[in-house]
Amino acid sequence: MEPNEILFLFIAVATVVSAAIVAFSSKIIHSAFALLASFMGFAALYVYLSAGFLAVTQILIYVGGILILILFGVMMTHGIYDTAKKTAHNALSVSLLGGLAIAAVLLLIITRSPWAPILHKPFQPTTQLIGAAILTNYLLPFEIISVLLLGALIGAVYLARAEDKQK
Amino acid sequence: MEPIIKVFFNFIPALADLPNWLAVTLIGVVLAVGTFLYIAVFTLFGVWLERKISAHMQDRLGPMEVGGWHGWAQTIADTIKLLIKEDIVPEKSDRFLYKFAPYVVFTAVMAAFAVIPWSKKFIPANLNVGLLYIISISSLGVIGILMGGWASNNKWSLYGAMRSAAQMVSYEIPVSLSLISVILITGTLDMQEIVYRQSGTLFSWNIFHYFPFAFLAFIIYFIASLAEANRTPFDLPEAESELVAGFHTEYSGMRWAFFMLSEYANMFVVSAISAVVFFGGWQAPFGFLNFIPGPIWFLGKALILVFVQMWIRWTLPRLRVDQLMYTAWKVLTPFSFALVLFIAFWKVL
Repeated sequence: MEPNEILFLFIAVATVVSAAIVAFSSKIIHSAFALLASFMGFAALYVYLSAGFLAVTQILIYVGGILILILFGVMMTHGIYDTAKKTAHNALSVSLLGGLAIAAVLLLIITRSPWAPILHKPFQPTTQLIGAAILTNYLLPFEIISVLLLGALIGAVYLARAEDKQK
Repeated sequence: MEPIIKVFFNFIPALADLPNWLAVTLIGVVLAVGTFLYIAVFTLFGVWLERKISAHMQDRLGPMEVGGWHGWAQTIADTIKLLIKEDIVPEKSDRFLYKFAPYVVFTAVMAAFAVIPWSKKFIPANLNVGLLYIISISSLGVIGILMGGWASNNKWSLYGAMRSAAQMVSYEIPVSLSLISVILITGTLDMQEIVYRQSGTLFSWNIFHYFPFAFLAFIIYFIASLAEANRTPFDLPEAESELVAGFHTEYSGMRWAFFMLSEYANMFVVSAISAVVFFGGWQAPFGFLNFIPGPIWFLGKALILVFVQMWIRWTLPRLRVDQLMYTAWKVLTPFSFALVLFIAFWKVL
């Protein structure tokens, strides 16, 4: 095995194990912190796909934004430290059915998509390409997303203000 | 990592004979140990300097006994004390997270050193997305602080951690926006490339571009970076007069020392980013000063900014929480948005 592959396997195992902790941990705060490891693992896998910009953006948005929001939610919830088990376990048959359905869909995608191995391709910077693509071919989706985010922003402000008025 | 590997191969030709992965790993380990040693020495010096500066600002002398000349060995003695101190873990804490938190905080700060250009050749990893990498990796530290504050199972720690997270998330926006205005000027995220675009005299540094817009961007960045590094007037996470010591109330010995190391390393990192992005990095201000090597210029610029941070710490009082949020959301963020727009328009003109 090449050293490169060993590193890849290490990252992959770490990502999967931390994702398993997120799913199976009985303490919700441990799940939230285990998300950190899986997000970092994803970022490392993006680097392996020579998508440096995507990796950095992944950390910026998921770790710097979403994970902190989740942690805030967990910590602000009253008395969550004393509750031992909050995650409900569904009946085996139902969860098995759901899991198998998702596995089937994923398997379909994995077998149908044309995979291109890029193991020996040189590392190419993608930042400029992404910027050019967003502002030329994908300008409309980009603008629509910005309008969507603006709507979410105004909605959040409205919700915060509405609570203020009731007092 | 290519340029730095070449530097090492020139230095020690025997390295090139090793298999590539072994050579790269060795160089990486050497760089990491070097960075750690640098952080340790910088913190020793920084704490001593901070004590002396605070003392002189308050008309005192500060440490004068240990080591003879102006108490230079005071922080070394403190370090030895910290090393042999008992490692206390609170009984009702979350043991694993409590022990893990200092690692996360320190890793986040140390990772930022990877893309700091010290000279023309010496940059540990010349990433294409360098500046964005620093912005994103520094958000890891918040998670570490939340982890430590939560796991301590102490109300002061938790308050400190929550304040810290709220503060860092808010101030990340003006930091990123003021850096974006510089990215607009230079047109690249590559740290080394940003330095190259500023070559020439003092007046080709970014801070004098589109005067006074880039200068205002620097002011915004500096204020917001004080908050990012949890420095006064934004030291609410560890406000000693109200929260004992904030998120690291329960920590002792080396675990506490690692929080302290990361705080000082963070001071250096934010100053180094200002030095690279606004003050031309390792470039000399005038051509005839080029004989002085780049790392000295870079360190000099960064250390002056560190000194300004200390100066501000002992000059200004702490903000209240509402004033903190007011500054971030109603002053710095709109102004930095306006700056981005102005610079973009000027660039198009």
